Amino acid sequence: MNIRPVKHLVIAALLVFSFVFISSQLQAQFTPTPIASALSIPEAQWLKPEALVHMQQTKGADKPLVFQVGSRMLFAQAHIPGSEYIGPGSQPAGIQQLQNRVSALPRKKLIVLYCGCCPLSRCPNLGPAFAKLGEMGFTNVKVLYLADNFGADWADKGFPVEKGN
Amino acid sequence: MSEVSEAIKNSAYTLRCLSIANLLLGLCLGMNAAQAQVATTSLLLKEAPEFVRTDLENRKLDLHAYRGKVVLLDFWATWCASCQIEMPRFVAWQSQYGPRGLQIIGISMDDDPELARKLYKKMKLNYPVAMGDEKLGQLYGGVLGLPLTFLIDSQGKVQAQFRGETDLNLIEDELKPLLRP
Repeated sequence: MNIRPVKHLVIAALLVFSFVFISSQLQAQFTPTPIASALSIPEAQWLKPEALVHMQQTKGADKPLVFQVGSRMLFAQAHIPGSEYIGPGSQPAGIQQLQNRVSALPRKKLIVLYCGCCPLSRCPNLGPAFAKLGEMGFTNVKVLYLADNFGADWADKGFPVEKGN
Repeated sequence: MSEVSEAIKNSAYTLRCLSIANLLLGLCLGMNAAQAQVATTSLLLKEAPEFVRTDLENRKLDLHAYRGKVVLLDFWATWCASCQIEMPRFVAWQSQYGPRGLQIIGISMDDDPELARKLYKKMKLNYPVAMGDEKLGQLYGGVLGLPLTFLIDSQGKVQAQFRGETDLNLIEDELKPLLRP
């Protein structure tokens, strides 16, 4: 029996395996580990920008508290009118600030979190902030759906913004 | 040449249509004119706004001093995972295309310079990085999401801008023709 083709197949398989393994290792090396993916937030909790604007502009409606849990520098350039800067949900100081801000609030209070730093699948801030509010017993928390970032999905679409800290 | 002009005209027309659509949407939602100005603006084919900063190695970083070079100006932050994925490729480009006139410049939009400094060292960035702020962000049309990268030609004009996650091969394809042979 001629074993040469089998030998070539084994070598080819080993080469392919090595390539895939090395590529995955390189990918892992350069891909930061997400703290808690924003995509783990249940679909029912996502709020579209139009819905938030409607909520804010409807007279007599219970106005939500809107918290930005991302970068201060982005907040200073543009933020949702009436929203408050809390701090990055990916960092202990941001989570502590969030806890301090909401500790005295009724647990049924409507809270809307947003970030918009980067594409949702890579946002490090929303997941931990949402988890913290859940852990504290808040039952009416929504997260603003900004697929790519605050510029593309809010400011550039003409939704209202304010500048400053 | 006429094809390029046509393409530019078409792009300009599309941008005008999009601007009108955005304006109408804004009016429907009751925003005022002052608020509309905060939307990100395009710097395409305009002079890149000049700035002078001190980089993370405490050296003067003056954009004007890079006239004659092709500059890839990259706004990033440590919390931006997409930005970090781009960095090894930028490091490779700086080595590969530096001799042909490429200069990559990083602007960290972190609130804390220490975080930026740590990542700068960890990623072994071989190009200057300075800290940004809201003023610089506004100068570049509003940095309201990352990554954000500008390709500036040797005359100081913005030839392309890449907002959000972009195929790095696309950026490389855009920058290579601007370099010296």
